[in-house]
Amino acid sequence: MEKFTIHTGRALPLRRSNVDTDQIIPAEYLKRVTRTGFEDGLFAAWRKDPDFILNQPQYAGVSVLVAGPDFGTGSSREHAVWALNDYGFRVVLSSRYADIFRGNSSKAGLLTAVVAEDRIEQIWADVEADPATEVTVDLAAREVRWAGQTAPFDIDDYTRWRLMEGLDDIGLTLRHEEMVTEFEHSRPGWLPRTLPAKSG
Amino acid sequence: MGSTMGRTLAQKVWDAHVVRSADGEPDLLYIDLHLVHEVTSPQAFDGLRLAGRPVRRPDLTIATEDHNVPTVDIDKPIADLVSRTQVETLRRNCAEFGVRLAPMGDIDQGIVHVIGPQLGLTQPGMTVVCGDSHTSTHGAFGALAFGIGTSEVEHVLATQTLPLRPFKTMAVEVRGKLAPGVTAKDIVLALITQIGTGGGQGHVIEYRGEAIEALSVEARMTICNMSIEAGARAGMIAPDDTTFEYLEGRPHAAEGADWDAAVAYWRGLRTDDDAEFDTVVELDASTLTPFVTWGTNPGQGAPLGAEIPNPASFANPADRAAAERALEYMGLEAGTKLRDIAVDTVFVGSCTNGRIEDLRAAAEVIKGRKVADGVRMLVVPGSVRVRLQAMEEGLDQVFLDAGAEWRGAGCSMCLGMNPDQLAPQERSASTSNRNFEGRQGKGGRTHLVSPLVAAATAVTGRLSSPSDLDRVEV
Repeated sequence: MEKFTIHTGRALPLRRSNVDTDQIIPAEYLKRVTRTGFEDGLFAAWRKDPDFILNQPQYAGVSVLVAGPDFGTGSSREHAVWALNDYGFRVVLSSRYADIFRGNSSKAGLLTAVVAEDRIEQIWADVEADPATEVTVDLAAREVRWAGQTAPFDIDDYTRWRLMEGLDDIGLTLRHEEMVTEFEHSRPGWLPRTLPAKSG
Repeated sequence: MGSTMGRTLAQKVWDAHVVRSADGEPDLLYIDLHLVHEVTSPQAFDGLRLAGRPVRRPDLTIATEDHNVPTVDIDKPIADLVSRTQVETLRRNCAEFGVRLAPMGDIDQGIVHVIGPQLGLTQPGMTVVCGDSHTSTHGAFGALAFGIGTSEVEHVLATQTLPLRPFKTMAVEVRGKLAPGVTAKDIVLALITQIGTGGGQGHVIEYRGEAIEALSVEARMTICNMSIEAGARAGMIAPDDTTFEYLEGRPHAAEGADWDAAVAYWRGLRTDDDAEFDTVVELDASTLTPFVTWGTNPGQGAPLGAEIPNPASFANPADRAAAERALEYMGLEAGTKLRDIAVDTVFVGSCTNGRIEDLRAAAEVIKGRKVADGVRMLVVPGSVRVRLQAMEEGLDQVFLDAGAEWRGAGCSMCLGMNPDQLAPQERSASTSNRNFEGRQGKGGRTHLVSPLVAAATAVTGRLSSPSDLDRVEV
């Protein structure tokens, strides 16, 4: 995973709440077996509308998505995070995220920062007034800066550390493999196993 | 989580699975059962291959093909090449890594959340994960079960553990008794409308109270299934005699002295009287009536007897904007009676309502009646075993006589990854779990309903409950 410390880029003001992962990437794009190349599926249904904000030329090349509350609800598909990454987004700002989406983001190096709703409104207004506005997301300082303004954001210490170090969870867990083995010895014998199946 | 105070059911299951706990870090939790399907696993197996890692516990892992599979001509190769590749990739991965697979045509194939319980693999007190948000279904047994992303699928395959921060706990107390014709689906749809799609965020919900205790295990699965639509990570119900009766004798359930030891342990899996929940929500079952959705998220619902609300009536600006947008997408107007909404498709199936009791309920309503002209009704059993059981009971013939289509098992029109889709502007009454834009097909419009409402709607061609049918006949 790539390390994340600070990112500056232009922003997409997506004035919608409850953006579910079916909207972020529709199911038809989930049939691939690769880890990359999902950018064509990002907001695929909405992008068919030429007026959709991501189709507007002033927002070409954006890398910070600023969305309404309850972003990433619904399906657990990590493809939603990959689609955002592949399209070029490095950060999402919203006042509230669905839990699974947020977890997936942290695994794939996409920063999801919790920013107060009134600050989101302000960023929307400022970016709409001037789409060239640069937004800086500083993970070290836990701060968003744009147009001379700042807003703090929430992220837990552990996720922040992992993102800043670009650490792989599996590698971290395997450092404690002997504890996993020890735990396994303590599991009751009546717990089910998938192999071999009894007849029936 | 809890120290000297009493503990909730969720906390007990959590505590029993902590492999490692350290200040400032997530707990490392052991996973008892990992369910795998073709859509969210290929990149995870690829990751293992790249790192040269094996699957740590193939004997705690089981895979099936459900999201992509066609529900007709299942003996032929999958026509959609991309879907076929995904299914074939799963088969190759399972063979290479030694994971048991129930492929198309196998008697144990079906929706992953239907086959786990059916095989007796889902048991009280276990931790269950799957790369699918509806893993919450398995909480009906008192398991801590939740959906994960593909990176976490790889993590579980490699280590049989997950690093997790403790969830908050929410009690949903459902008092009173359900009236006839009102089901578990109506309880959960009403709950989501009450607390919203973000209401359960960060929480594990424990469903409690008289109305919950009275439900069958399958009905409990319907409720726990949709916990994710309220934003919760998981839903749970304390195991009781109903649960134990369902499990006893299933292929993977313990036997003899092992069974007795298991039941003795399971009886302790209840929230202590002095335990405290972070959030408590109350619902009165006796006041509930059949509930349907009118919008494009599962929190936009209302009793079937109501009208579509006016977006202006929502105090929160985001809710108002969402309602306006939803009505535009759905092609509906505020003030329209829900019973006046005509549909062209009825879908009975999914991990929410694709089990044998759901099919029985729908069949009982439609028996001796006909699907309305211009309406197509798809009945898709949740698994091959559910399908065979239904056929043994003659339910297939009931549906076929009414003019419905009787299909093979899979996720089907719940998300339209296979050919079972809505065309643009088509409108469905669906027993599934999500009414998102385009969920059942591009431009398709979905109303979430119970199996009883689905069957009655098929007969009248408009959103209806079985009591509407009786009225017509008198």
